[in-house]
Amino acid sequence: MAQVVLKDLNKKFDEVYAVKDVNLHIRDKEFMVLVGPSGCGKSTPLRMVAGLEEITSGEVHIGERLVNDLPPKDRDIAMVFQNYALYPHMTVYDNMAFGLKMRKFPKPEIETRVREAATLLGIQELLKRKPRQLSGGQRQRVAVGRAIVRHPQVFLFDEPLSNLDAKLRVQMRVELKRLHDRLETTVIYVTHDQVEAMTLGDRVVVMKDGLVQQVGEPMELYSKPRNKFVAGFIGSPAMNFIETTISDASGALYAETAGLRVRVPAERTSRLAPYKGQAVTLGIRPEDLQEATGGDPQDLVFEALVEVVEPLGSEILLDTKVGTQTIVARVDPTVSTKHHQKIRLAFVPDRIHFFDNKTEQAIA
Amino acid sequence: MIRSIKTRRQAVLVVCYGVIAVFMVFFLFPPYWMALTSFKTNQEIESLKGIPFLIQQGATLKHYQDLFTKTDFLIYLKNTAIITTLVTILSLVISVLAAYSLSRLGFIGAGILGTGVFLTYLVPDTLLFIPFFKIIGWLGLLNSKWSLLLVFPTAIVPFCTWILIGYFASIPRELDEAALVDGANHLQMLLRIFLPVAVPGLVAATMFAFTISWAGFLYPMAFIFSNEEQLLTVGTVTTLIKGDVYHWGGLMAGALLACLPPVLLYAFLMDYYISGLTSGSTKA
Repeated sequence: MAQVVLKDLNKKFDEVYAVKDVNLHIRDKEFMVLVGPSGCGKSTPLRMVAGLEEITSGEVHIGERLVNDLPPKDRDIAMVFQNYALYPHMTVYDNMAFGLKMRKFPKPEIETRVREAATLLGIQELLKRKPRQLSGGQRQRVAVGRAIVRHPQVFLFDEPLSNLDAKLRVQMRVELKRLHDRLETTVIYVTHDQVEAMTLGDRVVVMKDGLVQQVGEPMELYSKPRNKFVAGFIGSPAMNFIETTISDASGALYAETAGLRVRVPAERTSRLAPYKGQAVTLGIRPEDLQEATGGDPQDLVFEALVEVVEPLGSEILLDTKVGTQTIVARVDPTVSTKHHQKIRLAFVPDRIHFFDNKTEQAIA
Repeated sequence: MIRSIKTRRQAVLVVCYGVIAVFMVFFLFPPYWMALTSFKTNQEIESLKGIPFLIQQGATLKHYQDLFTKTDFLIYLKNTAIITTLVTILSLVISVLAAYSLSRLGFIGAGILGTGVFLTYLVPDTLLFIPFFKIIGWLGLLNSKWSLLLVFPTAIVPFCTWILIGYFASIPRELDEAALVDGANHLQMLLRIFLPVAVPGLVAATMFAFTISWAGFLYPMAFIFSNEEQLLTVGTVTTLIKGDVYHWGGLMAGALLACLPPVLLYAFLMDYYISGLTSGSTKA
């Protein structure tokens, strides 16, 4: 078991940085997820930990060792690939045993470990088959099995569920989490799916353009995004961003735009005061907008025109128009409204986010 | 006029089979002619009467007997078999290593080198054999079949490397990476994972190497003078064409026998060549 430390890690492909100044401390037994849109450089750090990608500059430590110059086989890691990468000419058993054979384990030990892993993953019946005779989910299990028989210090997962259909993905997600609980091994997991990141990760690293945007526990990223990118990336449907101008009237600050005027909560006024007269982006998650009741303060309420109603059973998504801006609200299924109707919505005041328009950093 | 899909499909099929039939006749006529002539008596071969496409005066095995008893055909066959086998093995070892490093190791200049390798293939051997003659002379290998071990691969290696680069590109990179992470070094990965998966590509390269070497004519013609060292192609022709006298029966018997090994090899390897061995490794 081991921690993984990435120190000032850089990767340049030609003149472009795929990874820039990444510093991460992945704790022993931690499930760390790297998430970001495709092409954001999230796979590259993983491949650098694996030893499949040369390091332009910086250091990778696994456990207490600096592994920069170690070949993959000496790093005591196992990796699961997006497209499984099973050896097509070998049976499932041989696929799983290959790593142990390469490390010259005695035959009975190999047998025990393969059977153990197969039982854990529910693939005992498949050991004699070839990969082409397996379904996608079964192949994925074999790929995971191939990784766990080795009892490595660190598991690396590179988008392991992306090729599965939606239902299987949810099922495998739960199984992976259970597996991690059982094996208690450090995991680094790369995905572009923020739901996977939130549900699996002890902590999550959000990346964009090779830069770490924010590192934190899932709920921390969700409730306290450090910048506009993280705010928009985490959560579905995505956070609403509303272009507003800060103004003051009778001792309070207001964020205003056509059709909407909302009072800045008192505890935020000192941070927002310097933006007086300037444009800032107001962020509000769809679930932090509710149908207004008579009791809501008038300076948190606005009127919106419903354009699309999406009833999901447990909730309703409303696509609404305020002035020129589209705002999505997630309301109770009891709310009755139709498209082209007007609805009054209220902000949950302590869930309002503000972002600097120039730096895109959160103002908090 | 409205025609159903079925009749249109039938019309297309008729055309297809018609074209195939024409090609069949075109390509199978020479072997047929070879076989026919090799079983004819000399009188019938030289006779201007009768139908030349059939054996009418009785078949004979005399040409085959003469080939084995009165010529050095068996020596040629042995030489050719030895040289072709060794050339094929040698060329494949070099090509596999070259193609692997060019397609996977991504070193600086790999692209240029890959193109360079292919360009060398484009130089015709009718130009190359003159400088080669000099080199082989310096090495003291003139009139030795072993000279061909050096010369044949110059044409075979570039082309095989090119075929293999193309095939290797279709093997997902994750496969080698998985093996490396699993604890294999580059050589173990190559032998135990990569090459077994690349079998169809290797078969294509083997067929090519075998055919080029087996049918090579110019180099043995230029470098080898004595019967003991000669190969099938040149040997058969020089023995059975004496001045302006063509021993057609013997020539055709020799040619037919010389065709058999490549045909057998093709028949044997075709299955491996066609079956896609990578299926099931990855999602796609």
